[in-house]
Amino acid sequence: MSGASLTFTGQGAVGVGRYLAWTIVALALFSLPQTAFTNGPSVIGSADLMLAPILLGGAAIMLALGVGPRRLVDLALLAVSVVAAIQLLRAVGANYDKAEGGFWTLVAALWLASWLFVERLSGWDAKSPTAKRAIGLLIPALFGVWVLVLWQLFVVGFGVSPVLLPPPSAIGARFASSLPTLWADFRQTFLKAVLIGYAIGCGSAFIVAILVDKVDFLRRGLLPIGNLVSALPIVGVAPIMVMWFGFDWPSKAAVVIIMTFFPMLVNTVTGLASADRMQRDLMTTYAADYWQTLLKLRLPMALPFIFNALKINSTLALIGAIVAEFFGTPIVGMGFRISTEVGRMNVDMVWAEIAVAALAGSVFYGLVTLLERVFTFWHPSVRG
Amino acid sequence: MAREDGANARSVIDIRDLSLTFETNDGPVHALSNIDLKVEEGDFVSFIGPSGCGKTTLLRVIADLEKPTGGHISVNGVSPEDARLARAYGYVFQSAALYPWRTIANNVALPLEIMGLSKAERAERVKRNLDLVNLSGFERKYPWQLSGGMQQRASIARALAVEPDLLLMDEPFGALDEIVRDHLNEQLLQLWAKTNKTVIFVTHSIPEAVFLSTKIVVLFPRPGRIYDVIESDLPRERTLDIRETPEFLKIAHRVRDGLRAGHSYDD
Repeated sequence: MSGASLTFTGQGAVGVGRYLAWTIVALALFSLPQTAFTNGPSVIGSADLMLAPILLGGAAIMLALGVGPRRLVDLALLAVSVVAAIQLLRAVGANYDKAEGGFWTLVAALWLASWLFVERLSGWDAKSPTAKRAIGLLIPALFGVWVLVLWQLFVVGFGVSPVLLPPPSAIGARFASSLPTLWADFRQTFLKAVLIGYAIGCGSAFIVAILVDKVDFLRRGLLPIGNLVSALPIVGVAPIMVMWFGFDWPSKAAVVIIMTFFPMLVNTVTGLASADRMQRDLMTTYAADYWQTLLKLRLPMALPFIFNALKINSTLALIGAIVAEFFGTPIVGMGFRISTEVGRMNVDMVWAEIAVAALAGSVFYGLVTLLERVFTFWHPSVRG
Repeated sequence: MAREDGANARSVIDIRDLSLTFETNDGPVHALSNIDLKVEEGDFVSFIGPSGCGKTTLLRVIADLEKPTGGHISVNGVSPEDARLARAYGYVFQSAALYPWRTIANNVALPLEIMGLSKAERAERVKRNLDLVNLSGFERKYPWQLSGGMQQRASIARALAVEPDLLLMDEPFGALDEIVRDHLNEQLLQLWAKTNKTVIFVTHSIPEAVFLSTKIVVLFPRPGRIYDVIESDLPRERTLDIRETPEFLKIAHRVRDGLRAGHSYDD
């Protein structure tokens, strides 16, 4: 390797990266003479595909040898990966269920190339915090994109039945063509049942927690009942709530209240008790009254616990509202849509609803986490 | 603010035949028994003794954090509870107990907020007391960004901000290393000379007790009781060098004898 080490700038791939790069080169070479699709030409003979192995292999060689400026080569790897992905997606789209060895070898090379890029990206030493945060966000985003690309390639290449697993493209198309329906469902389930139920459930549990903390007989009386209610199965509670509050969103909000109440209650009560003796004694020496101690010591101490409950509840609320809609609902709502479209074998619509739920749930959780960071910046778990 | 020693000094704390018994599952524990003690205005009194001798408990009784089960105690001529409600004392705990969500300045302002002082008054007192403990410039830092010694100084500033005549300190420097402790001891003495407060100081370090105090109270465990009260004849103005003088060593020797007599090596 003495010749190579002369051109090695110290910025080339090392460790895992180097193995990855050489494996990509090997896979690209290996794919060339193979057939890509049944009854079709070899990869090197196919005008649609021949660019992918050449580009991937070329970029990988540059990386393995450490030729050229580091970041430029890394970005070149990303660019050729995108081009190769587009080529593969196009080619497989025209050859449904006909993929063969050459195609799968290229898919493997593409997968390794995407892995290699993330590996390289995590090695970038970003100076500014903004750049660090951008890279921190880019890595999971890229990961998500590559999962979708590979999902598409596998499902189309193997010809998986859309009822079992539709390709992301079909889900995306259904998503785009059903926006009004999805929005109506989202408004019904999320904006009404989830948010209102969440606010009432968490808010009332917070107030009850403060009462429970202050009045001892409530602690002994209410906590076990809260425990009992939280142990009720949702599939039993939901139909009862529908009977009590009707088919529309209030019955779903009621289910959400029941699901979110107990985690909030228990966490707030625990949090209020979390100030240690010295911190309380301090307040006693200042002759602070109950409310001053509550506002200036015990509530701030309880915040990490309260936010824990708010985060747990943000996902519980969505699950509760969707499942509750299985037990009677007007003809709108995410749970209603999922249960009816499954019956009609419209699995892509089910997946579109799942995508909406995942997106809404993640954003909701993210917002609560953001608030948590603002309010509990001082806690060891946040200040890092 | 020079004060005549002795003659017309007022009793800040008057304890007579005080006892405190904790009821536990293993039967009663006599934390304090037959305590008689007078603390005069401007005194620097140290409680010293082995662990379990009740020195912290006695301080907590004075602060109304524990209720005695027998005997008499008055603080500033009234009951400990009335004294506490009148914010007659500042209490410094074993650890700084600063609230991590408040900046240093806001931590010092905490008791002032509870007392309902105006914003301008709070700002003025915070600045003055942080100056006093040499923490100017750290107002906007959070406690967890400061060293242990600085945190403890901030907690002393917080106790002083109440502007009490009486300062109760429960092993405030116990968790700090020797050098920092020496330094803070010197600063505490200067502070005491400057403000002419009455200080009650719990410690288990003999040099610390002798260096700081005008009066050293040696306590015995099981039941917690007073073994010896040593009036120090060292001058009120002291530097760390005084620890090498024969007078200092003589007092230290007497304290050590007392501690040894009370120490049981059986357990």
